[in-house]
Amino acid sequence: MLKIENLHASVDGKKILKGINLEVGAGQVHAIMGPNGSGKSTLSNVIAGRDGYEITAGSVTYHGKNLLEMSPEERAWEGVFLAFQYPVEIPGVNNVYLLKAGVNAKRKHMGLPELDAMDFMHIVKEKAALVELDQSFLSRGVNEGFSGGEKKRNEIFQMAVLEPSLAILDETDSGLDIDALRIVANGVNKLRSPERSIVMVTHYQRLLDYIEPDVVHVLVDGKVLKSGDKSLALELEERGYDWVREEVAA
Amino acid sequence: MTTENIKSEAAKPEEFASQEYEAGFVTDIEMETLPPGLDDDVIRHISAVKNEPEWMLNWRLEAFHHWQTMSEPTWAHVDFEPMDYQSISYYSAPKSAADGPQSLEEVDPKLLETYEKLGIPLREQEWLAGVAVDAVFDSVSVATTFKEKLKEVGVIFCPISEAIRDYPELVQQYLGSVVPQGDNFFAALNSAVFTDGSFVFIPKGVRSPMELSTYFRINAMNTGQFERTLIIAEEGSYVSYLEGCTAPQRDENQLHAAVVELVALDDAQIKYSTVQNWYPGDENGVGGIYNFVTKRADCRGARSKVSWTQVETGSAITWKYPSCILRGDGSVGEFYSVALTKMCQQADTGTKMIHIGKNTSSTIVSKGIAAGKGNQSYRGLVRIGKNADGARNYTQCDSLLIGDQCGAHTFPYVEVSNPSATMEHEATTSRIGEDQLFYCLQRGISEEDAVNLIVNGFCKDVFNELPMEFAVEANRLMAVSLEGAVG
Repeated sequence: MLKIENLHASVDGKKILKGINLEVGAGQVHAIMGPNGSGKSTLSNVIAGRDGYEITAGSVTYHGKNLLEMSPEERAWEGVFLAFQYPVEIPGVNNVYLLKAGVNAKRKHMGLPELDAMDFMHIVKEKAALVELDQSFLSRGVNEGFSGGEKKRNEIFQMAVLEPSLAILDETDSGLDIDALRIVANGVNKLRSPERSIVMVTHYQRLLDYIEPDVVHVLVDGKVLKSGDKSLALELEERGYDWVREEVAA
Repeated sequence: MTTENIKSEAAKPEEFASQEYEAGFVTDIEMETLPPGLDDDVIRHISAVKNEPEWMLNWRLEAFHHWQTMSEPTWAHVDFEPMDYQSISYYSAPKSAADGPQSLEEVDPKLLETYEKLGIPLREQEWLAGVAVDAVFDSVSVATTFKEKLKEVGVIFCPISEAIRDYPELVQQYLGSVVPQGDNFFAALNSAVFTDGSFVFIPKGVRSPMELSTYFRINAMNTGQFERTLIIAEEGSYVSYLEGCTAPQRDENQLHAAVVELVALDDAQIKYSTVQNWYPGDENGVGGIYNFVTKRADCRGARSKVSWTQVETGSAITWKYPSCILRGDGSVGEFYSVALTKMCQQADTGTKMIHIGKNTSSTIVSKGIAAGKGNQSYRGLVRIGKNADGARNYTQCDSLLIGDQCGAHTFPYVEVSNPSATMEHEATTSRIGEDQLFYCLQRGISEEDAVNLIVNGFCKDVFNELPMEFAVEANRLMAVSLEGAVG
């Protein structure tokens, strides 16, 4: 499904990713944890194809295709979705209109007919219920005046509509209170399927109480230092990250 | 006065400069054109061709003699070579109009073809849209429709040359009463040589049964276009007037100096909407229309209201300040504007809101978009007179920059002589953010579509003010204007 080998990336000449190896199978949920500045967001952005990152070595293959050769929109058409850590506001652009443009671009790429407004609204209403998103949010400007929690819910709502095969959730839990976290997590759980891989980037173990990962990775200083099952997250919660560094150094 | 002078820094923008002009074609119709030059005889000729009464000729000559004492204004933030006004031809008419077609069937088929190319088929509009069109092709109006239906309710909608002959007392009473002959250099020139334009009269208590629409189009080499529009809304009446323009591709700069005068009496409302897409010149700044326009509304009556909405995407240089004189107590002035400059286009545009009556209020929403090497300025004046108790103004000026070679400037002038005034001013300048673009790309939207989406969102407050047909056209216009922007 997703295979990352020896990935090195830098920003403005500064090395951030220093040889990432990661393999995510179909239907799996992986959690990537790590301290601030370890390269978690860089990894998310590099997979999604954001400008400004220089790939100095390594490869990212997805469904057997070289992801790094594709433009960001091509990656989206191929099923890559990034739930943003900081979703941007686009004033005046209708939330649903943006999504419809995205869905139809993807359908066009897949050789499917475009959805008309009626069909699309039908899907949208059904998916909005998944994350308990009030219908009034649909017709508002993209993230315009949304609270932090609403923005994150909107990201998962978009994920539900776009039906990606690979979803990267970049600190989707940050800034959420317990109730909002539960709603978002429930939404993500409903979207788990054998065809869909999910990569969750997070600081905190608490998200994993709600969304149970198959594999947990510890990312420190641009490298995956340790991988394990759910218990690894609990251990990190208890002991911090330093012991992982020490263990690897030893 | 504050000045903001912002240059953007983002990359990817050069391609905006290279969008070709879609409406660039030339209709092959024999023209009847005066040789270049301007003197008393030229003005006498124009007046004679138009069969004008003596008072009109004298009014023109007066304006001309005043104009001769004036010089071109230089305060605007635009840059161009001084013009030679003696090298311009001041009259040009499509030949087939000489015997005055009585219906569309009599109109030169080539003309109709031109409108077809522009996507404004008159006949279809008659049938489908219910909009009366007073089409100006160069200087002579060639078709006016729905006149009869309007006449039933007493609305007069005709070429101004016709009004001068048929309704001389109305024209004499109002012409120049809002924009006097010597108001400014270009208004004076227009007063001397104007050849056509529209005249609208809405009698007391009448709501115009349809939106009145005029399409202007410039189609002759080296001929200036001098429209004169006069709209009078009597007590308690309402009219919505639409004006839209395109022009064929040309190398020569073409001067356009129109004057629009609006008069609103007690409780009258005038909504004036413009979509302007004249030839902007090529990517090196060669050619294009010079659009030096004086538009002013006199809210003469109590509780009268005038609303200007404009979408300006064309012309090499735009110099335009649709204004409201809020004379009547409780009168309301509104200005909603989207201006887009790309390639080497320059625009200095804004509004003036002159508060004279008590409890007058004005709203200004200006959205400027600069791409390529486009340069634009918002210039606005809000003046609260000493007797204008309880006056209110809200001003919002937003600029959006695309690329790193364009510029946006804001020149808001505020003069308050009455302490009871309430003034609000908001101004923002932003670039199409890399993060906004990436967000759209990540959702599978191409860069070009994403830019359109973001720009149209930015303009939404203004587009919402446009009548339906125009709102659709405006969206299309923005998309076409920004096509090829990113690659």
